[in-house]
Amino acid sequence: MPIEVRQPGLATTIQDAGRNGYYDVGIPPSGALDQFSYSVANRLVGNDPGEAALECVYMGPELHFTEDTVIAITGAELPPKLNGEERPLWEAFAVQAGDVLTFGFCKRGARAYIAVSGGIDVPLVLGSRSTYGLGKLGGISGAPLVAGDVVPVGTGAGVPGRSLPESLRPALSKEIEVRVVMGLYDHVLTDAGRATFLDTNWTLTPVADRVGFRYQGAQLETKPRTPPFGAGQDPSNIVDAPYPIGSIQVPGGVEPIILHRDAVSGGGYMMVGTVLSGDLDLVAQSAPNTKTRFVAVDLDEALAIRRDYRARTQQAADSLS
Amino acid sequence: MSGATPARYSWGGDEHIFVELAEEMSLQANFRAMAITTSLRENRPDGVVEICPANASYQVRYNPDVIEPRTLMAHLRDIEEKVGDAADFSLATRVVEIPVLYQDPWTTETLMRFRDRHQDPDATDIEYAARINGYAGAEEFIAAHSGAPWFVSMVGFVAGLPFMYQMVPRERQIVVPKYLRPRTDTPKQTVGYGGCFSCIYSVRGAGGYQMFGITPAPIYDPAQELPDFGDFMVFFRPGDIVRFKPIDRDQYDDYVKEVEAGTFRIRSRPVDFGLREYLDDPDGFTAGLMEVLRAD
Repeated sequence: MPIEVRQPGLATTIQDAGRNGYYDVGIPPSGALDQFSYSVANRLVGNDPGEAALECVYMGPELHFTEDTVIAITGAELPPKLNGEERPLWEAFAVQAGDVLTFGFCKRGARAYIAVSGGIDVPLVLGSRSTYGLGKLGGISGAPLVAGDVVPVGTGAGVPGRSLPESLRPALSKEIEVRVVMGLYDHVLTDAGRATFLDTNWTLTPVADRVGFRYQGAQLETKPRTPPFGAGQDPSNIVDAPYPIGSIQVPGGVEPIILHRDAVSGGGYMMVGTVLSGDLDLVAQSAPNTKTRFVAVDLDEALAIRRDYRARTQQAADSLS
Repeated sequence: MSGATPARYSWGGDEHIFVELAEEMSLQANFRAMAITTSLRENRPDGVVEICPANASYQVRYNPDVIEPRTLMAHLRDIEEKVGDAADFSLATRVVEIPVLYQDPWTTETLMRFRDRHQDPDATDIEYAARINGYAGAEEFIAAHSGAPWFVSMVGFVAGLPFMYQMVPRERQIVVPKYLRPRTDTPKQTVGYGGCFSCIYSVRGAGGYQMFGITPAPIYDPAQELPDFGDFMVFFRPGDIVRFKPIDRDQYDDYVKEVEAGTFRIRSRPVDFGLREYLDDPDGFTAGLMEVLRAD
């Protein structure tokens, strides 16, 4: 049951829960950047939470359905319209052969997920259907959708009308707090540099995509230091090392970059900490100009926050079963 | 620990452990990363998701719902203790030959477009690298770059890109800075250089390393159409040993025709590599590697 792409939107890609086991050769996990909204979209249409869906950013696509099915849209407040008529977010609704789905302007958040009953049925590549743009693999031709693409869909049995209670939907704010475990190379910063990192109200720049999110706000002071042999010349350079997903690198002490699920897997910039896995959903929903504070937590707090995230995901799943 | 510096452990959020074996790059540090991650792979605890060896460090991604982070870290410390300085670790790997057209027209055109981001706008990247490393000119520099093999100390950045560390004593290692500001374009299969590392760009895209030449050999083939990619889309693995073979434009064009016909193969031979044998006699050992590559 294919879907025809009439307009692709800004950067619409096919994503699932991600691809593990190949980061050692530079192939990152990929997958939906906001995993909570993505998994709920699938549950709304009766899919397993890990089926492939469409991720669109800031601007939705125009899609033509060739068969009757059930779809749901979650994540950013990107108002869907079916044949020009507004439809709800966070709720499964029926579409019929010939229907055209479009979107209004994004009101809050950045990334919306379109799940279709049966799931997007492109071939598995290294165990995942996710598009990884830098490596040109997964999805359709390893690239964002283009006009004229035909998106294959599996067989499903979704029921219209299922919706996620308001109380379980994520808050989308223009001011967020992102929890971080400090470490990695934060010893390269002075105490003042470390304090500046945690005290600054950072602003997300327009340089924000599946690879990384870049922020402006302050200069971080680094200790006087001769870079070690092999690192390069800037005092913030390190011998090229692996980058954790969610790690925050600060090239030259300015403009921190949070690496996300299409991360480059390693490089020679110092990293000062790592965003908690669950808070990457929050980063994913940041639009440019979002004010962001980094809040340091220790490992035990991080694990407690992880349990809360798991519990919220389970609560959402239970409410939809 | 037989002389090895203790590693530095750090949490990477709730899913990663990052381990720095040495601040400086050295083959010893890389061998320890290789030995520890090999041991971890052979006896892989449940919940370990990714094992990523790097130049002088490594990282493990794990699922803390399956394995308690402190238990995993203690396990990694045990392996570190057991591996020691890794001098006795031996690696069953392969030596491969990568043909390179140095000072090719495509990287030359690209580097000319980005002269405003370069330390020496009036020279090419290779002329600049030759000068600051004390070589008489590009030819002498190419002889040094292709004269001793390279150890693939890390694969990554983007899919399948090898970082390579030259198997010569430190006083003979080439060191160059990265571009002042990264380029927005790098031809696919460019042979690049930054810090003490050579690399081959696997795909076209941004880059900050100096550009010395280009290889006709594809090293990443997501469609898996070429014979070297039947098993996997990425050619290089950490631990591979690489020899760059300078070629001229005619040879380059011939290889490109082979690539297009789907018959091109990267020359490759299996080899065992022990760190101690190398450190005892670097030049003799690498000469032996070249013999292995030439043998039929």
